[in-house]
Amino acid sequence: MNKQISRLGILFASAFAILCFNLTYLQIWAAPRTVSSPSNTRGMAQELTIERGQILTSDGQIVALSKEVDRNYERSYPYKNLYAPITGYYSLRYGRSGLERVFNDELLGKKEISSADQYYQSLVEGTTKGHSIVLTIDSRLQEAASQALGDQKGAVVALNPKTGEVLAMVSNPSFDPNQLASLNSSVVDRTWEALNKDPEKPLISRATQEWYPPGSTFKIVTASAALESGIAEPITAFRCNGQLKLPLTTHVIKDFGGKSHGEITLEDALKVSCNNTFGALGLELGPEKLVYYAERFGMNKEIPFELPVTKSIIPEDMDEPSTALSAIGQKDVRVTPLQMALISAAIANDGEIMKPYIVKEIRDYSGKTIKDFGSEKWQKAVSLDTSLTMKEMLKNVVDAGTGKAAAVPSIEVAGKTGTAQVPNGAPHAWFTCFAPVGNPEIAIAVVIENGGSMGNDATGGRIAAPVARELIVEALGVNP
Amino acid sequence: MSRSSGRRNQELGTLLIVFLTAFLGFVLLCLLQESKITGETGLLAAMIVGPFFLVHITERFFVSQSDPLLIPVTAFLSSLSLVMIYRLKPGLFNLQALWILIGIFFLVISLFLAKNYIRLKDYKYMFALLALVLLLAPTFIGTEKYGAKLWLNIAGVSFQPSEIAKICMVIFLAAYLEEKRELLAIANKKFLNIWLPPFKHFGPLLLMWLISLAVLVFEKDLGSSLLFFGIFLSMLYVATGRKIYVISGSILFLIGATSCYFLFPHVQTRIDIWLNPWQDVAGKGYQIAQSLFAIASGGLGGTGLGQGFPTYIPAVHTDFIFSALAEELGLIGGFAVIIAYLIFVCRGFRIALTSKDEFGKLLAVGLTSAFALQTFIIIGGVTKLIPLTGITLPFMSYGGSSILANFILLALLLAVSERANLGEAL
Repeated sequence: MNKQISRLGILFASAFAILCFNLTYLQIWAAPRTVSSPSNTRGMAQELTIERGQILTSDGQIVALSKEVDRNYERSYPYKNLYAPITGYYSLRYGRSGLERVFNDELLGKKEISSADQYYQSLVEGTTKGHSIVLTIDSRLQEAASQALGDQKGAVVALNPKTGEVLAMVSNPSFDPNQLASLNSSVVDRTWEALNKDPEKPLISRATQEWYPPGSTFKIVTASAALESGIAEPITAFRCNGQLKLPLTTHVIKDFGGKSHGEITLEDALKVSCNNTFGALGLELGPEKLVYYAERFGMNKEIPFELPVTKSIIPEDMDEPSTALSAIGQKDVRVTPLQMALISAAIANDGEIMKPYIVKEIRDYSGKTIKDFGSEKWQKAVSLDTSLTMKEMLKNVVDAGTGKAAAVPSIEVAGKTGTAQVPNGAPHAWFTCFAPVGNPEIAIAVVIENGGSMGNDATGGRIAAPVARELIVEALGVNP
Repeated sequence: MSRSSGRRNQELGTLLIVFLTAFLGFVLLCLLQESKITGETGLLAAMIVGPFFLVHITERFFVSQSDPLLIPVTAFLSSLSLVMIYRLKPGLFNLQALWILIGIFFLVISLFLAKNYIRLKDYKYMFALLALVLLLAPTFIGTEKYGAKLWLNIAGVSFQPSEIAKICMVIFLAAYLEEKRELLAIANKKFLNIWLPPFKHFGPLLLMWLISLAVLVFEKDLGSSLLFFGIFLSMLYVATGRKIYVISGSILFLIGATSCYFLFPHVQTRIDIWLNPWQDVAGKGYQIAQSLFAIASGGLGGTGLGQGFPTYIPAVHTDFIFSALAEELGLIGGFAVIIAYLIFVCRGFRIALTSKDEFGKLLAVGLTSAFALQTFIIIGGVTKLIPLTGITLPFMSYGGSSILANFILLALLLAVSERANLGEAL
C-alpha cells in the first residue's frame, strides 16, 4: 500500500505545485495586462482614496485640489472654466485629460521604487498623498486674457520668449471640470454627454489642438524667409497694382479693400499687410524655401510640450498658386495659436525658439521641490540679423501700420495682424506680438473665430490686437 | 517519554512562531484601521491564539505521540483566517472566532471518542448511511444559495451537511476497502492485454459514480461531486493498487460531467465562464473577473493588509478568501498559504505511511485526500485553473460546518498518528 500512498502524495504535491505556477503567472506575468483591463475599476477606486496633489499657478493660486468627501477625495476646480484647457478634467467614469492625465503619477504621488530602501520608505510612509504641480501660468495674465476675450470664441497664448514658460493659455468656450469630477455619477454622465454633443467642442483646447489658417500673420514667416535667403531686404521695392494674377489659374490675389499700393518696399508692405507683395515674394521664394523656413519656425513638426499639440502644417508639394496663397497664410496652411506665439517668440528671442513648457516644478506634500523643470532651447528659426531686422519691421506695424490698436504708450510693441478668410462665415481675426522690443518679456498670439463680436467687420487689427494690448499692459505693469 | 516530549516541544516551538505571526498581522490591521492599539486588541489577539494553546496542553496529556506539525499548521491557517475575516467582514469576526472555539471543542471530543479509532470500523454501515443521508438531504429539504442546493436550515443556522458527509464517507470507505481490498485487487480476466478484475467488483465504483452524479444533478454542486468522487478514487487506488479503477473511474466521471454540460444550463454556464470570463464581466463572469483583478493587483508583495479592494469580490470571505489574501499579501502570502496546506497534506500522507494497520492507513489517506482535493479545487477555482465551484477553503473560509468538519478531520489524523508513533515507540 505504501507505494500507492507515495504516488498519491506525489500527485497531490504536483497539483499544489501547479497552483503555485499558476499563481505566479497571474500575479507576475499576466498582472500588468489584467490590471490595465478596461473592466477593472479598482485602479480608479484606489485613486479616490488618495489625496491628489494640487495644481497651482506660478503666483500660488490653487486651480485644482482634492477635497475629502466620505473617506474619498473629490477633485475641485475653484476657477471652473478658466484653467480647464490646461488642467483638463479628472473623472472616475471618463478618465483624465490635460495635465491631470499627463502628470497623473506625480499627482498621485507614485514613486519609482528602485531600491529596498525606497520600498521600505513606501511601506512606512504609504502613498496616500500626492505631489503638487506648479504651473508657469501667471494667474493675472490668465484672467486678463480671458476677460479680454470675453464671450468670443477663440484662444490666447502668451509665453516668455526667453524661457519658453507659458504665461497664459485661454481657450473659449471651455468647460467646467467640476461637473466631470463629481462623485455624483448622474451629474457626470449628463455633463459628459452634453459636452460631447456640443458642436463648439468645448473639450478641445483651441490654444493647442485647433487649427486655423494664419492669414497675414504668416507674413512674418514669409518675410523672414525672404530676408534669411537674401532675396529681399527691407528696402527692396515691389510693385503692387491692387491684384496679383496667379500663374496657371484665373485666380487673383487682391488686397484688402482692393487697394493698390503702387511701388512699395518690403518694410512698408509688411506694415500695411500688402497681399500682392507677399504673394509675389512667395512665388519668388518657391515652395521649397517657404516650407523650409516655415519648418524652422516649428511647422510640420511635433512641438515638444506637456499637453497634446496638433501639428501645424504647410504642404510640402505646392504648385505656384498654392505657394503664393500660402505665403499670405491662406490655402492649406494651418497653425495652432501656440505655434503662432512661438513664431513671435522666435523673432523676440534673437531667432532662437525656446521649448515651450507649462509645468515648472513638482512639489511633495510638505512643499519641498522634488523636480524643477528649466528652460531649454528648441530650435533656431532665423539668424540674429534677420531677427533684428524683423523686430524693427514688426515694430513699425504697431507704431504706424495695421497693428496700431496694440500700441501701449512708453512700451515698444512689435506685432502682426491677420484676417484669415474662411469658406463659411466671417474671417478669423489674428494678432501676434511681443514686447518690449528691446528686451522682450512676453510673446502673444490671439485668435478670434469668425470675427468675434464684430463679425464680418472684424480684422485682426480691430478685434484681436486690443486683446493682446490688455495682456501687455497687465504683464508689463503700465497704466494705459 | 523523552521522544514524546520531543514531539510536543517541537509543536510548542512552532506554535509560538505561528502566534507571533498572527499577533503581528492583527496588530498591523488594528493600527491601520483604528490607528491605535487598545486593550481590546490584545484580547482579540488572545482569542485567536489562546485556544490552540489549550489544544497543545490537552495533547500533552492525551495524545502525546501525535504528529507535531498538524496543530501549528492549523493554528496558522485559522489565525490567518481570523485576521482576514476581521479585515473583510469585521462583523463576522466574533462568530468565526466562536466557530473555531467550537471546532476545537469538537476536536478534543473527537480525540476522546476516536483515540482508539479502530472501533469506528464496527459502525461502518452507520457511517455509510449517515453519509448518504447528509449528502442527499439538501436535495429534499435544502435551501438554494449561490445557485447550488447544498444548505440545510436547522433552527435558523444554515448548515452545509456535505462537509460532515465527507468524513463519514471516508470512515466507511476505509473500513469497507480494508475488508474487501484483497478481493477487489484480484485480476482474473484479460481484455486488450490488460488484466481486469471481475466485473462485479466494479459495482462499488458504479454506485459511487451514481451518487456523485446525483449530487451534481440535484444539488447543482460540481465541486462536492468532484470532491467525493476524487476521494473515492484515491482510496480505491491505494487499497487495490489497480490503476484500472482510477482510469475507468475518471473516464466515467468525464462522461457524466460532459453529459451534464449538455443537459444542464447551470453547469454549462459555469464552464463557459471558466473558458472566457471576460465575455460578460459585468454579469456572469463578474465574480471570477473580480477575483482575477484582485490577484493581479496584489503582485509580488501584495497591496498590504487592509490596503487593497478585496471586497469588490462577492463572497470574498467564504469561497474567495484566498483571492483576498493574494491581493493584500501578494504572491509571497499566497505561496505561504499553499505551502502550509502542502505541509498539512505531506504530514497526512506521512501518517498513512507510518501507520501499522491498514484501516489507519486508508483512513489517513482518505482524510488527507479529502483535505488536499478540497484545497486544490477551491484555490484552482478562484485562480481560474479549473472551473469555479463553490466549496470552502479548509480552516480559512468563513463558515461553521466547514470549520467543524475540518477539526474533526484533524482529530482523526492525530489519532492515527498517535497510534502509528506509539507502535514505533514500542
